Amino acid sequence: MGLLLIISAVTYAIFFLVPRAAGVSSDDIAGRFAGKQPDAVTLAAIKDRFGFDDPVPVQYGKFIKGIVVGDTYDTGTDKIDCPAPCMGYSFRTNQSVTEQIVDRAPITFMIALGAAVLWVIAGVSIGVLSALRRGTIIDRAAMAVALAGVSLPVFFTGLLSLAFVVHKWQLLPSVNYSDIGDNPFNLILPWICLAFLYAALYARLTRAGMLETMNEDFIRTARAKGLPERTVVFKHGLRATLTPIMTVFGLDVGLLLGGAIITEKTFSIPGLGQLALDGVYQSDLPVVLGATLTAALFIVLANLVVDILYGVVDPRVRHS
Amino acid sequence: MKSPKVVASTAAGLVALSLGLSACGGGDDDNGGGSGDAKFDAGSTGIVNASTQKGGTLKMAQPDDFDSLDPADMYYAYALNFARLYSRNLLTYTSKPGDAGTAMSPDLAEGLGVPSDGSKTWTYKLKRGMKYEDGTEIKAQDIKYAVARTFDRSVLHNGPSYFTQLLDAEGYKGPFKDKNLDNFKGVETPDDYTVVFKLKAPFSEFDYVVGFSGQTAPVPAAKDTGARYGMHPVSSGPYKLEGDYQAKKGGVWVRNPNWDPATDPNRKALPDRIEVQSGLKADEIDNRLEKGDVHVDLPGSGVQAAARQRILTNPKLKANADNPLAGFHWYIPINVKTIPNLECRKAIVYAADRSAMYRAYGGEVGGEVSTSIQPPNVAGREKGTDLYTKADPNFTGDPTQAKAALAKCGKPNGFSTTMVFRSDRPKEKATAEALKQSLDKVGIKLELQGFPSGTYTNEQFGSPKFVAKNNVGLGTYGWAPDWNTGYGYLQPISDGKAIVDTGNANPEELNDPAVNKMWNDVVSVQDPAARAKTYNEIDHKIREQAAILPNVYAKSLLFRPANLTNVYFHAGYGMYDYVNLGVKG
Repeated sequence: MGLLLIISAVTYAIFFLVPRAAGVSSDDIAGRFAGKQPDAVTLAAIKDRFGFDDPVPVQYGKFIKGIVVGDTYDTGTDKIDCPAPCMGYSFRTNQSVTEQIVDRAPITFMIALGAAVLWVIAGVSIGVLSALRRGTIIDRAAMAVALAGVSLPVFFTGLLSLAFVVHKWQLLPSVNYSDIGDNPFNLILPWICLAFLYAALYARLTRAGMLETMNEDFIRTARAKGLPERTVVFKHGLRATLTPIMTVFGLDVGLLLGGAIITEKTFSIPGLGQLALDGVYQSDLPVVLGATLTAALFIVLANLVVDILYGVVDPRVRHS
Repeated sequence: MKSPKVVASTAAGLVALSLGLSACGGGDDDNGGGSGDAKFDAGSTGIVNASTQKGGTLKMAQPDDFDSLDPADMYYAYALNFARLYSRNLLTYTSKPGDAGTAMSPDLAEGLGVPSDGSKTWTYKLKRGMKYEDGTEIKAQDIKYAVARTFDRSVLHNGPSYFTQLLDAEGYKGPFKDKNLDNFKGVETPDDYTVVFKLKAPFSEFDYVVGFSGQTAPVPAAKDTGARYGMHPVSSGPYKLEGDYQAKKGGVWVRNPNWDPATDPNRKALPDRIEVQSGLKADEIDNRLEKGDVHVDLPGSGVQAAARQRILTNPKLKANADNPLAGFHWYIPINVKTIPNLECRKAIVYAADRSAMYRAYGGEVGGEVSTSIQPPNVAGREKGTDLYTKADPNFTGDPTQAKAALAKCGKPNGFSTTMVFRSDRPKEKATAEALKQSLDKVGIKLELQGFPSGTYTNEQFGSPKFVAKNNVGLGTYGWAPDWNTGYGYLQPISDGKAIVDTGNANPEELNDPAVNKMWNDVVSVQDPAARAKTYNEIDHKIREQAAILPNVYAKSLLFRPANLTNVYFHAGYGMYDYVNLGVKG
């Protein structure tokens, strides 16, 4: 909760205090929301509606009040009730920020989920294989691919895959995914591009972890007891390696749930990342705040889930 | 350590992939690139793939989104063009190719406005039997209500403010705050089919005010949802929105069965369905246009650099492209407060390398070297004579004349000032650099400063306070008219009254009493030709004052997929005419 408060306060400060310090007036901020050549009447009306002339603490207080007890939104013709947690209404589109987040979050969730499944399966498998075949051509090839994956950002692999796979060779249709009801396999390219980036990292992590674990005394003991190699590798070796991987996984998934900004932008997918980016481009403070807080919330939740899962994977944590 | 061979071959592979990336997308498929009868630029002056065939789905896409879908709350030209698919105004731009497109035509009205009381009163008679999507009849009171709501600038703040400035309705706060519409005196409705506008002062071009925007599109008061009306505007046109519009995602329009084509000669309404996808990357839109998967790039400002290269180097693709004058003039305002001496300003104009500035905008395909301030599509505009410069793509400036002017200015060794530009617009950056080089030759030192597009016209070059504080003498700028007359183009950028603290469109801060008087007087002149004469005189005076260095009349490179029918460039909107497009198959 404290983290969310700090994030919202910092976002407010970035929106209002930093520009003010640079000499931007409330008229200038209002001008961003007016049409061509705004007159003084229009600027005054916008400032009044959005409260740009209020002291920043007052504006921030109103925002927090909306989150805690809800708010009402004046459309001119109606007063719409916005129950807590009310993150306000977009300065640009007049849509409820909460509704927009609820609409966008499942799309981002689908991107993150599909990619996470792919990168965990691929990354961990390659990592284990590399560790077990250390120094062989398989290990070198896998690590070379992993290095490429870590080095190539999604905006590169994404654009490349769109240009060739979709437009030149026409192996896949254009990426069209704008609703949770759409065919999820439209996301195959974003999944692969994201997974390529992350799988590489996980392969390297798994390999390093496995190499270290497989040299531990308890592995030697397990082998000495005559356990089958498969049991030694997966039940003893991999399980011990998984703990640090899970930590990274939790953080990565949490970050992605908050918005896979580059992936969504590259493939024109209207998820939380796009929402946040559009909000920043258009100085749409309620949207920026809403998206930022949601992202922070996902990261906090993901860490919580990881902490709980530690106990499942590692008996030492459970016993302590 | 990796072998040099591996590194080299990997690098070569990546370079090859990158080259392939820039080369791909130039499809030879049947839908997008391969058209048999189309010719390059044919759509700029005539209709390409003329058709009356109805049916199909017209797919439109945009990288960003409309400013609003509420016809009263929009200002983007493409939004105004698009809004005519679901809303009708009293008047609208004539749906024809060529210069005819800049003239007003009756839409809901039977004819153009009838002025009286020396152009202080304008009367419009409505056609009978026109209906909303729910079947209720459109009446004069709905238009009065539509205009009244534009007075609430706190709720509807994106659209033009001409009605609040011109109508005799002082103190009126709009129907959201004042529920009694009778208190709105700016519009009268003596009967269900007559709308009378009462102006504070004569204004001869009121028909344009009525027709260029969507602010006379009728709104049924009972269905008005205020700030959220744009999510589902009630249709009076050929298409109605299916469900609500999803900002940044898009929406679908289907036929409005209550639209009567007999009352509407301006709209062919060929497709059965119109799909709009928002938030699609601009380069991706270009790729899909070439494949014919998307039919229209909604913003209508032309393809991106990568597609431009592909189109201009591939004859098949080029045959499906148009290169019209887009209506913009990219010019350089010279601030008369920062550089108050006329001779100093003349020195800048004399020294400017027009050739380099022209090339910065892409040469022949990017635009035409300009003479007058008004671009060619402004009605009655005269080409104008060169003053202190030459409208010649090969003219590289006249340092001798520039130095003479500097001597007269009392600064024979030149002077220093700041030039601003939009840092995210490579053409503007190149223009600023070209100008810096040419002025440097005569001792005028420019300090170049770039700013983001998002704030440039409001908070930097559009803010007189910023301009004064930062010694800004010049900047890159462009302007397109609200409507295609000298008033629509020149008044906002040259009338002293138009100088405002934020979003100032007169960054040269020209406040010449003679010019201001001409603006005050011309609005009462009834004869369009006489008005045009005054506009041309003002145009000449601005250049005589060296307050604006003319640069380039912008041309856009538009792509029309071969499966798009009835395509023509509309001079009023500066893009294809969206209400008459159709699709094959």
